Amino acid sequence: MDNIIVIAIIALGGLGIIAAIILYFIANKFKVFEDPKIDEVEDALPSANCGGCGFPGCRAYAEATVKSAKENGHLEGLNCPVGGNEVGQLVGKILGLEIEASEPLIAVIRCNGSHTNSPSKVKFEGATSCSFAHALYGGEGGCQYSCLGLGDCVDSCDFDAIHMNPETGLPVVNDKCTACGACVVACPRDIIELRKRGPKEKRIFVSCINSEKGAPAKKNCAVACIGCGKCEKVCKFDAITITSFLAYINFDNCTLCRKCVEVCPTNAIHEINFRPRKPKVEKPKIVAPAADNSITRKPVVDKIAVKTDSKKTIADNKIGKEPVVTKDVIAKKPTDNKDNKE
Amino acid sequence: MGILRTFALGGIHPAEDKLSSNAPIETIPVPKQAIVPLGQNLGAPSKSIVKKGDMVKVGQLLAEAGGFISTPIHSPVSGKVFKIDNAIDGSGYKRPAIIINVEGDEWDESIDTSTKIESEIKLSPKEIIDRIKNCGVVGMGGATFPTYVKLMPPPGKTAEYLLINGVECEPYLTADHRLMLEKGQEIVIGIRILMNALNVEKAFIGIENNKPDAINHITELVKAYDGIEVQSLKVQYPQGGEKQLIKASLNREVPSGKLPIEVGCVVQNVGTAFAVYEAVQKNKPLFERVVTVTGKAVKKPSNFLARIGTPISQLIEAAEGLPEDTGKIIGGGPMMGKSVTSLDIPIVKGSSGLLLMKKEESSRPVASSCIRCSKCTNVCPMGLEPFLLSRAAKLGNFEMAENESIMDCIECGSCQYTCPAAIPLLDYLRLGKMKVGNIMRNRK
Amino acid sequence: MNKFTVSGSPHIYGDDSTKKIMYGVVIAMIPTILFSIYFFGVDAIRVFVIAIAASIFFEWVIQKYLIKGPLTINDGSALVTAILLALNLPSNLPSWIIIIGALVAIGMAKMSFGGLGKNVFNPALVARVFLLVSFPVQMTSWPKPSPITDGLADVITGPTPLGFLKENLDAGKSISELKSQLPTYTQGLMGDMGGSMGEVSALALILGGVYMLWKKIITWHIPVSMLLTVAIFSGIFWGIDPEHYADPVFHMLTGGMLLGAIFMATDMVTSPMTKSGQLVFGFGVGLLTILIRMWGAYPEGVSFAILLMNATVPLINKGFKPKRFGIVK
Repeated sequence: MDNIIVIAIIALGGLGIIAAIILYFIANKFKVFEDPKIDEVEDALPSANCGGCGFPGCRAYAEATVKSAKENGHLEGLNCPVGGNEVGQLVGKILGLEIEASEPLIAVIRCNGSHTNSPSKVKFEGATSCSFAHALYGGEGGCQYSCLGLGDCVDSCDFDAIHMNPETGLPVVNDKCTACGACVVACPRDIIELRKRGPKEKRIFVSCINSEKGAPAKKNCAVACIGCGKCEKVCKFDAITITSFLAYINFDNCTLCRKCVEVCPTNAIHEINFRPRKPKVEKPKIVAPAADNSITRKPVVDKIAVKTDSKKTIADNKIGKEPVVTKDVIAKKPTDNKDNKE
Repeated sequence: MGILRTFALGGIHPAEDKLSSNAPIETIPVPKQAIVPLGQNLGAPSKSIVKKGDMVKVGQLLAEAGGFISTPIHSPVSGKVFKIDNAIDGSGYKRPAIIINVEGDEWDESIDTSTKIESEIKLSPKEIIDRIKNCGVVGMGGATFPTYVKLMPPPGKTAEYLLINGVECEPYLTADHRLMLEKGQEIVIGIRILMNALNVEKAFIGIENNKPDAINHITELVKAYDGIEVQSLKVQYPQGGEKQLIKASLNREVPSGKLPIEVGCVVQNVGTAFAVYEAVQKNKPLFERVVTVTGKAVKKPSNFLARIGTPISQLIEAAEGLPEDTGKIIGGGPMMGKSVTSLDIPIVKGSSGLLLMKKEESSRPVASSCIRCSKCTNVCPMGLEPFLLSRAAKLGNFEMAENESIMDCIECGSCQYTCPAAIPLLDYLRLGKMKVGNIMRNRK
Repeated sequence: MNKFTVSGSPHIYGDDSTKKIMYGVVIAMIPTILFSIYFFGVDAIRVFVIAIAASIFFEWVIQKYLIKGPLTINDGSALVTAILLALNLPSNLPSWIIIIGALVAIGMAKMSFGGLGKNVFNPALVARVFLLVSFPVQMTSWPKPSPITDGLADVITGPTPLGFLKENLDAGKSISELKSQLPTYTQGLMGDMGGSMGEVSALALILGGVYMLWKKIITWHIPVSMLLTVAIFSGIFWGIDPEHYADPVFHMLTGGMLLGAIFMATDMVTSPMTKSGQLVFGFGVGLLTILIRMWGAYPEGVSFAILLMNATVPLINKGFKPKRFGIVK
């Protein structure tokens, strides 16, 4: 019996040793030289393999950065959005390059056509795919630019950063967003845009991409951009352009002064993470004897109340906060009364 | 009769429900305002040549062809052009359209408005093709492919046979049936004209066996002509698909990814043959067509001759009103038609029918998981595997979808009809075809 | 006015549904259920009730508390699995073993793969084989059928005809010697022989099969190719040496052959999708069954054969595609 065990040990051990020797020689013969820096860079990366950099996986990005550092001496165009500046600095250190800090971006949903703002006129039944619904019909609320609410963006996110709000039917982006761009590609209507996160996460954007004239746009959605141009006029920093009845705020020029938000008649421009404005206190004024036509004027107090209310009704897609149901209120702007108060 | 011809692979037998097959064609009065979309054919949309304020007559040219695969559009009404603006189409998208406020019903002088049947074909083949092109004739079965393009085979390919599609395999639709019964003579002359244009000597007219009166009538009429034969086909959906029709009639299979001309055939709908007759013999452009208005709750299922641009609400009124419990309106038949979003849309060249479905029929059964029963594979007329293709499309595996011939799918809907788990197979198949088509186009 | 519904075509549906298919299979199994109650008495009823209750209970618990997904216990698939499992068991099996079997069938072989439509192996067979390997004694003491009309006599156990045959052939006896102790064809047809509850009556099984063919729940491809393969192979060997190899009809009527051919191998989820694939599948099952029966250690091979072929189904699906329209040869 012992003999068998000894023979077995020698036989199998011998086979193992021979196999190890063969493997050692073959591994050395067919060894591919890889710059060790690639491994270093890869370790510094977030390992999400999300493709946000444009490369198939973190390893491919690491190879590309090492190559670019060697050949070009810089990393232009090679940006890991998930890792952001932190990772960018680490990679720069490994490769001995200076990396400029870039502004962090976030995905922004440019549509506020919730069930209340854009009530559904038809009922959709079918495959839960926005691409499919986009090819099939315009939209439940009638606006052919609106969010379809079927969640292609939610499915595409690797970072659990975007979820559908069932009450409004619109997606909500939270802080986990790394601006990898997957949802931007997934949305068949280009509703999602990567915009600057802004100082302390404050940002302003036009929450609409409707290019129709005002009347048909408003018919389908109470908070559509009608291209009236008020925001463009009031912006002192040249940040707003109107093309084809749609306003767009350029985040590079925008200083977050919030004037455009005030003047927008349909509440289409959203301000995120700002402190709510103080309600304007009624300054005691010398009351002149009432003119005849003052009887028809509504009391100032009412208008102020409406104004502060209207600020509260914005932005169903505020970050992290409970979505507020937007009322179909087009707040009458009291600015025209400022000059002729009693 | 012997064994009826049919195609070999797959096929289903939905209930026929031809509620309006005994309703003679009724002419609808002109609308008050006609909305004429500029995109009414497969291919490039047409380009408007009129502007706001122009006065137009019936049959006058409104828009030129926008490319090689495109057709001109002629005015269906007489009146003043109100505006050229975006108007909502059936799917809820706004597309450019010419909107005309109707005044009277004055026809262009070049049109022969007499009802006499002209049997003598005076134009040469080339002149026929030009006339068809200039009169804006498109495939009237619903595909709206410009007819004249089909009549000009690419170099190296010749047509051997002309196949006329009188099948109308979709349940509920009866426009072609009534057209064959009431305008049979004109259709046969139209077929003869098409044969001249293509320079073929033999034409087959395929008619499904559930229309014996049409079969008998047309068989009588074609006796006067050489080379035209009526074939009775077994009732099976989708017998009317052109590949299936060619297989049934001539037992030839169109190779995957190619057109019928590969096997020497050109297929045209009977409605197209009628439009060809009107264009060639009466110089009448295409601006009106027969539309079936039907549905289980419709009070008067009918076949209407309506001008293009008529809002569908007018046709529904003529069928004695929108039933109260209507849950869905379909433009076309129930298997391949498109559900519309509102009643303010116009009739276009491709509108073959309006199906008003009751609320209880409008909802889909709830989808559950696939039980791998392979019924979808058994009924697919193209021999594809819908369960595999729709899953590949859903998961984004477009490479596999392309390798498994997703582009061969004719979107007939037999798979989704049969699926016991009510899985939206065709929805995902369509999505897959769109994406794979884009990938293939970008590759070139 | 109503809101219109917008959906893609087709807008009409056939009247087939998963529920109809599942309950159709249950109806097809009714003759077999009745025959087994007739032959095995109250015990049979006990086995059915416990198997069904346990299967549905386990499916409900798993879907509600583990997966936390929608409940599908109404669609009839758990019921079908439960009845098929019961038909594979001897009627004197202790109840606690039946419950374990139900847990294996539903929990391990069906739910852990993802639920209905996602399993690779036939759940009832996985459970049967599991029980056979774990509880060999209880799973192989087959009660002799005693028609319920004879009164509630004590259960006498004994080997199945196949078990008896294997034992004695291995011991060197020849078939003609054993003939008198083996069931006749009529007995095999009607079910007067030992075996699991579903194995016994060939007539009942065939009736169920005809019903399913009529309702288009199954097609002829798998049963016919499987039985034909069995007939040919066993026929060849029987022709060469009728003393040591049983005849084809005996093979078809005994053991789980007909139950397997009609109900188990034709299970939609675990069989190939194309007709040509199904023929290959049936051939494989038939061949493996005969090999196991003749030269394997077990007297009965259908369960193992089907499970082995289930594993090859994805490969068969890849290799055997339907005939495409318009493929240039």
